Amino acid sequence: MNRHLLSMDDVTAEDVVRILDTAESFREVGTRVIKKVPALRGRTVVNLFLENSTRTRISFELAAKRLSADVINFSSSGSSVAKGESLKDSALTLQAMGADAIVIRHSSSGSPLQLTKWVDGHVLNAGDGTHEHPTQALLDLYTMRERLGRLEGLRVAIVGDVLHSRVARSLSFGLVKMGAEATLVGPPTLIPPEAPQWGVNVSYDIGSVLPKLDVCYVLRVQRERQRLEYFPSVREYNRLFGLTAARAAMLPEGAFIMHPGPMNRGVEIDSDVADLPRALIEEQVTNGIAIRMSLLYLLLGAAEAGVGDE
Amino acid sequence: MSERYRFVGARIVDPASGVDSSMDVLVEGEAIAAVGAEVPADGAETIGCAGLVLCPGLVDLHTHLREPGFEAKETIETGTRAAAVGGYTAVASMANTDPVTDHAGVVAEVREKAAAAGLCDVFPVGAITKGLAGESLAEMGEMVAAGVRVFSDDGNCVPTARVLRNALTYARAFPQEIVIADHCEDASLVEGGQMHEGVNSATMGLNGRPAEAEEITVARDLAVARMTGGRIHICHLTGARAVELVRAAKAEGVRVSAEVTPHHLVFTDDDLRTYDTNLKVNPPLRSAEDRDALRAGVADGTIDAIATDHAPHAVEEKEAEFDQAPAGTIGLETALASVLTYLVAPGLLCLPRALEALSTAPARILGAAGHGGGIEVGRPANLLVFDPMQPWTVQAPFASKARNAAFLGRELTGRVRFTMLRGRLTVADEKPTR
Repeated sequence: MNRHLLSMDDVTAEDVVRILDTAESFREVGTRVIKKVPALRGRTVVNLFLENSTRTRISFELAAKRLSADVINFSSSGSSVAKGESLKDSALTLQAMGADAIVIRHSSSGSPLQLTKWVDGHVLNAGDGTHEHPTQALLDLYTMRERLGRLEGLRVAIVGDVLHSRVARSLSFGLVKMGAEATLVGPPTLIPPEAPQWGVNVSYDIGSVLPKLDVCYVLRVQRERQRLEYFPSVREYNRLFGLTAARAAMLPEGAFIMHPGPMNRGVEIDSDVADLPRALIEEQVTNGIAIRMSLLYLLLGAAEAGVGDE
Repeated sequence: MSERYRFVGARIVDPASGVDSSMDVLVEGEAIAAVGAEVPADGAETIGCAGLVLCPGLVDLHTHLREPGFEAKETIETGTRAAAVGGYTAVASMANTDPVTDHAGVVAEVREKAAAAGLCDVFPVGAITKGLAGESLAEMGEMVAAGVRVFSDDGNCVPTARVLRNALTYARAFPQEIVIADHCEDASLVEGGQMHEGVNSATMGLNGRPAEAEEITVARDLAVARMTGGRIHICHLTGARAVELVRAAKAEGVRVSAEVTPHHLVFTDDDLRTYDTNLKVNPPLRSAEDRDALRAGVADGTIDAIATDHAPHAVEEKEAEFDQAPAGTIGLETALASVLTYLVAPGLLCLPRALEALSTAPARILGAAGHGGGIEVGRPANLLVFDPMQPWTVQAPFASKARNAAFLGRELTGRVRFTMLRGRLTVADEKPTR
């Protein structure tokens, strides 16, 4: 494995299998009364969250703590960043404090890559702008493989605002890497015209896609990013692209519904659909901790113990 | 007693006269005193130039000197020193200063500071509109009286065809040829854009600046130039279709000239995959096909000039997240070497045409009569001597205050040895003299 996890480019298909297999063994830890193993005792993991995110930060924090690492949370509000400190100076500070791994969430695409120029520790991208969110993709691949038994040949639709979605990018690249068949579905204004060059299919007609799927992956409509001109209204979005109960019924038996959260119920996914047994949303959250344990362990623990192949 | 220099044994390339042969040049005082096969020493300081090229000092149509207003990025002194080190004897300074160069006062201030520094002539470009706001015309008359020949709201595209029409039409009031220069990118298509729109921007999660934003504006500008009979100059062309539009307009007789930067002639948006903020420029680096069209455009003269768009920024401004870093690269100190390395050496451009694009053509567009050649008796001695074979690595520190160089870390071939401004050496043995 590479020294850092910045994008899905940093992992090979073999790496993905190894990450998922390792997560499998860590998932059991979460079912114990004492949910902790000593693998990263004495190591320091910094959560550098310069964009608001409670869910991902908590997931990383729990993952590091279950591995017995020391965890420090460095977030933008109330920190030196709010006082105008640059990313470089934040990085140099963390470097001086001896961070072994830095988990970074940032609103600017490419900032995790820039961070690697200033720190010696391992950098994990926890979402950068509209670029990538590789740990989300890996937990999604884990969830799909667990439920469907394989990744190769799976037919997965990613529905929604692909243009502004780092989840859609990482998941697309991950699915293609693992031999699955990915189809991007959404308003044409929200699908990059170059997307077919990623190796995915593109469709603007959700109805024709749903009956052939193994997984319907619904993206959050990012209302905070949404500018009016991309589509006329949230109501029309729901009518044309929302996963309504009627549309969910078009999915084959045995197909699953996924969503990276947080959901806008009634916008991209109807409330009843989100609560169907075939919707795996909470399972994704649970698996997220195991995947992040796996990544921290493989990047930090295994490498130092000589188990890794870096 | 005035200083006298004798350049001996150089290959003289003078695009203005078409001369390309080995000769000696004698400079006396501010002017060229003799050019010939064997000019006698006669007490002059002799500069041996075997293996070197002697040509007119370079002229940059597009330099941001940042002063007044942004002296943390660059000053007139450091910017003109960078120009001299790069072989330039004249640069056109852009109007996006603070206060904006939209009246004669700033024009005079810039000229005076440049004269005091004595490193390179500076021709201030005036703003087309007051405060670069894209609305009412700046008082062009008083700036023309102060010597301004080129007007531009550079950085900002002239927002409407109407404002452009008024500028091009109004400029015809003056007996001198007044050039209206435009940064061509449709604002509504590039708002928030960080790089060329294409598969790279889509994959990297950066908002795009599509080539069509340039194409649309170039088409508009050419139509308005034709309509008014005005004289338009297209700043830093980047896209193949825009080059084609300029080519067609020239064939039709529209009064248009165009420039391209060295970085657009060398790099593509593939080079941005590392999120290198030094390669973040506006208009953006485009595809390999676009770059190749630019190269062909310079070679066949569709693109008249190579201009640096030297855009210094403070270190901390560029050491930021990609979407927060300002656009621009410095270029004065690398322009000649990058053109020699990436265009002349591989045979894409012959040396005389390269030097024409770097000196003679921009001098003509700028109305800089004493610059751009020819190398003839009586002409001002604005000269450059360079070693076309000398390799060097681009690295800080620069003569420029800034170090945001697109070519940082690259090995280039071709080094400026001497730059002479009106008979005085501003660079001797690669070092600035002042």
